[in-house]
Amino acid sequence: MDDSVILTMKQINMTFPGVKALNNVDFSLKRGEIHALMGENGAGKSTLIKVLTGVHTMDSGEIYLQGQDTMVINHSPKEAQENGISTVYQEVNLCPNISVAENVFVGRQPLTRFRAVKWKEMNARAKKILQSVGLQDLDVTKPLGDYSVAIQQMVAIARAVDIQCKVLILDEPTSSLDEHEVEKLFSVMRKLKEKGVGIIFVTHFLEQVYEVCDCITVLRNGDLVGRYAISELPRVKLVAKMLGHDFNDLASLRNLDAKKLNNEESVILKAVGLGHAGTIHPFDLTISKGEVIGLTGLLGSGRSELARALYAADHPDKGALHFKGIHLKAKDPIDSMKAGMGFLPEDRKEESIISDLSVRENMVIALQAKTGIFKLLPLAKQNELALQFIKALNIKTPSPETLVKQLSGGNQQKVILGRWLITNPDFLILDEPTRGIDVGTKTEIQKLIIKLAQSGMTIMFISSEIDEMLRTVNRLCVLRDGLKAGELVNDNLDRHQVMAAIAGDQ
Amino acid sequence: MQKQLISSPLVVSLKAATKKQLFLPIFALCLMLLINVLITPSFFKISIQNGVLYGYTIDIINRGSELIILAVGMTLVVASSGGADISVGAVSALAGAVCVRLLGASYDSYATPMLLAILAALVAGLACGSFNGFLVAKLKIQPMVATLILFTAGRGIAQLISAREINGNMVPGQILYVRMESFRRIGGFFPNVVIPTPVFIAVLFVLITYFVLTKTAIGLYIKTVGINRKAGRLVGINSVLVMFFCYTFCGVSSGLAGVIASSRIYSSDANNIGLYMELDAILSVALGGNSLGGGKFSLIGSVIGALTIQALSTSLYAVGVTADQIPVYKAIVVILIVAIQSEEFKRWWSLIRLHRQAKKAVAV
Amino acid sequence: MKATTYFKNKMSGNNFLLFVTISMFLLMYIGGILVYSSQGFGTMQTFLNMLIDNAGLIIAASGMTVVLITGGIDISIGSVVGLVCMMLAHSMENLGMSASLSIALVLLFGIAFGTLQGWLVAYLKLQPFIVTLAGMFFCRGLTAVISVEQIAITSNTTFLAMAHKNIKILFGATVNKRGIKLYPFVHPSVIIALVALVCVWYVCRYTKFGRSLFAVGGNEQSALLMGINVRKTKMLAYVLNGFLASLAGFVFCLNTTSGFVEQARGFEMEAIASAVIGGTLLSGGVGTVIGTFFGVLIKATIETYIRCNGTLSSWWNKIVLSALLCFFIVLQSVFATLKEKRK
Repeated sequence: MDDSVILTMKQINMTFPGVKALNNVDFSLKRGEIHALMGENGAGKSTLIKVLTGVHTMDSGEIYLQGQDTMVINHSPKEAQENGISTVYQEVNLCPNISVAENVFVGRQPLTRFRAVKWKEMNARAKKILQSVGLQDLDVTKPLGDYSVAIQQMVAIARAVDIQCKVLILDEPTSSLDEHEVEKLFSVMRKLKEKGVGIIFVTHFLEQVYEVCDCITVLRNGDLVGRYAISELPRVKLVAKMLGHDFNDLASLRNLDAKKLNNEESVILKAVGLGHAGTIHPFDLTISKGEVIGLTGLLGSGRSELARALYAADHPDKGALHFKGIHLKAKDPIDSMKAGMGFLPEDRKEESIISDLSVRENMVIALQAKTGIFKLLPLAKQNELALQFIKALNIKTPSPETLVKQLSGGNQQKVILGRWLITNPDFLILDEPTRGIDVGTKTEIQKLIIKLAQSGMTIMFISSEIDEMLRTVNRLCVLRDGLKAGELVNDNLDRHQVMAAIAGDQ
Repeated sequence: MQKQLISSPLVVSLKAATKKQLFLPIFALCLMLLINVLITPSFFKISIQNGVLYGYTIDIINRGSELIILAVGMTLVVASSGGADISVGAVSALAGAVCVRLLGASYDSYATPMLLAILAALVAGLACGSFNGFLVAKLKIQPMVATLILFTAGRGIAQLISAREINGNMVPGQILYVRMESFRRIGGFFPNVVIPTPVFIAVLFVLITYFVLTKTAIGLYIKTVGINRKAGRLVGINSVLVMFFCYTFCGVSSGLAGVIASSRIYSSDANNIGLYMELDAILSVALGGNSLGGGKFSLIGSVIGALTIQALSTSLYAVGVTADQIPVYKAIVVILIVAIQSEEFKRWWSLIRLHRQAKKAVAV
Repeated sequence: MKATTYFKNKMSGNNFLLFVTISMFLLMYIGGILVYSSQGFGTMQTFLNMLIDNAGLIIAASGMTVVLITGGIDISIGSVVGLVCMMLAHSMENLGMSASLSIALVLLFGIAFGTLQGWLVAYLKLQPFIVTLAGMFFCRGLTAVISVEQIAITSNTTFLAMAHKNIKILFGATVNKRGIKLYPFVHPSVIIALVALVCVWYVCRYTKFGRSLFAVGGNEQSALLMGINVRKTKMLAYVLNGFLASLAGFVFCLNTTSGFVEQARGFEMEAIASAVIGGTLLSGGVGTVIGTFFGVLIKATIETYIRCNGTLSSWWNKIVLSALLCFFIVLQSVFATLKEKRK
């Protein structure tokens, strides 16, 4: 093994029930290299990390660490730690109830001859370590939870660094940091780079990748797309690789089927300075009746968060929302529903599917909530609606009483679509409605969106697949790093321009 | 084209009855009945003596009435919040004490009209249930921790209510008696009626609950909140209100059970009414095929579970186990059921099965 | 100025709760001295009586604190104490065993029972509440299986000697009406309790195991990722608690010198209340046996109040304690919500 390479992963395969998470993926890391690992949802980034750090055991593949002749398999986070791999996770994986110093030394506290914890020494050493990562005057005896998330993140990094690791994995470390704190983090990373530590930097913030990384590995749907030096890969090319489009092959697609809108069409929704602390910066958005507005950007850019703010799934704390002419002060989803909105969430399993209930129950639940607790929809009416939409959406289910967990992913998604269509909303938000669904159903759903818009429904369509949006939307709203970056309409709706907008090369 | 089966209410409920969920409770009940018959050959004999029905099976259904009522309340609590209300026994004692105290000890008349006293007891149960519901739903305290408060305080309050005047002072901690005949009918028999009153009350209560759950949307909401609270919120369901309702309802059911129990012994025995009933209620819900983690539930299952527990108690009594010793067996049964239902066990089991299959494959 | 800032700094959220507890105890105690001085509230013996009456509780509550810190709970300890008393009574009276053998046996039982419960909670991942609720019923029933009648310990002289031995304390003496100096006294049970308390405190503060209890209770996922064997830690917490519960039972039996079915009913509630009032968070990760000790003292003070008052029935003990527990639970919940909002 080349002396400068400290980690090599070869042909890693990992399968979970129903999905191949990693398919013959290779990865290598050099000494003193800051290496970005990028990919959209389901690309396999977190699985690769978990395989390396012992949270999962891979199906097949080889891992080699510098200094060890034989293949390494980490069976637990502890083993990975002992092998010189330290990880700092996106969710601060420390304990908020114990002191800062203790967090740095959990599992490896300095002990006296009689196995008693040496508090004084621990506190002193912790203070020193924190100073080396730029936290100068921190009271290390206070509980970690007393400090901001940013500081907690730095403590996590300090712990990882002190463990004298050869490989440091930073998994989305900057999600909760502001610019100033990000700079501090970068200076720590550069110092470690000088010491020869190899850093794997998992992130979706393009700006940061280009500021501090040496090279990038891109994954997509469990496959390795490629490994590139930063200089070889301008932003737009990177975005193209992540979303699966060959840059050289971009042709302009016109949105021929969708209605072209005049500006005189009535405005159904107007958001002014609407924002929710921690998820989406204040944004303005105007949507016309019957329009299909697309929302795109990379994972983590704030698409779902924007939608959730509109729907009051996250109660906005800034700005105002005007819907159908009224100032809507929605605190909870029920308020938005009663006003005429519907929301199909991104995470089907966690936020939409009520797994143990039947297809019929899953479909009528939103209408029922809108109607009120005392006015139960008669079973006959429920059956009627369920059958109507099972037919209309071509849902493959043995009967309306089948438990929804027994349906395939695509059919489950159609059930949720049916749920919202039954409420006959004026404004329907669809967050990644075609994710994890077979091609045939995808097309059905896209056609359905166009049909609904033609009949007067306003639709917000969120997706990371540019093509399907270009086929269905009138207007595309681009998000980047938690901010609304711009809008593209009509003639500007082509793949090239969309990529550029996402990449921020303007 | 696909054939879609339309479901009428009858078909839906019949389907539910034959589905896997009710397999465990029915099986357990049959097992219990079988064991009982083996111990007592005359187990199924029913006769009419002194103008009322007599027999072991009648006894089980009669004495199981309070448990059925408690199990119904507990089912909703478990279904919506995935936790349990361990104060049900203490709240029954409290409600019983309220009722008896209000009725007074006179031989000639009630100090408070009987219906009002009973209503007061139910209101006391409702108040306790609301207290629990507030802590769990609004303050988001763990269910069993929140109900621990009334678990201990409840009997103490019941003792305080059970006060009698002795030498000019109200001395609490007494056992108050009701001397009027008509009160005993609640826990006993109405004149010229062969079926014990508690059975009527239990059946009526189950029916009322069933109607409330199925004629309004609350049953659907409870299931939704129990299965996926996030999804419930996004479709507009207020989970706080739903859980609050369930705990309050459980309080009312405890109150009703307390009234029946105190009528049986026509007194308020704050120490013994509802004793150990909380475990019995949880056990009934678990035996009824309901997951103790919440979600879908079956009222019938819990009712069958309650009868099974009662049958278990009967068979244990028949072999000479005393009332104080029975909890040992019930504890073991609870642990077994919960262990088998647990995720870890299911994982081990599937691993063992895979291992066996692999061995077979190799052998072939 | 400097003092207040120093004070403010030391006063993080969790210390604050402990501060509340200790202040509450001092206020109540001083109040008691003022109001009930005629009944001898202010004497050393009153305080020592609190310790004598609650020696078992001190031990049991320490064990409960350990389990609560890991985020679990054990509502079986009351029944364990009752069972241990019955076991001691039965083995010494009916089986004629020596005191030391009986005591060794019950301590072993406590460890075994704790191991069983700990395994069910830690490895089978069952809810602690259900497991220990079943444990409560199991032990309570087992007590009745051993004997439905009360067994008084009358024949084992070693045990009885231990039970009745008075250890003189050489200060705080009072002079009675006849002019004789009366020294206050404690029983060996108090010594055992205080030693156990100090040991548990040491384990929690200075051993790796003790510190891992806090990590597991604070964030189980993090503790796992930081390399702690979470399952083993959780199980050992219950093993320690089981041992302490049986030790508490032994000490309890020194007080009552008998075993009967209804003994120590509600004891677990007193232990939980003492721990919670002492600043142990029910959500886990925070707690100290020092605070629990003061929680026990508060409970003892309430009892002394009610006893001195004479008019209130002893049922008020349970009610006041439950009310205090409720107050502290709500306080903890409010605190937690405020912390969330501040972020």
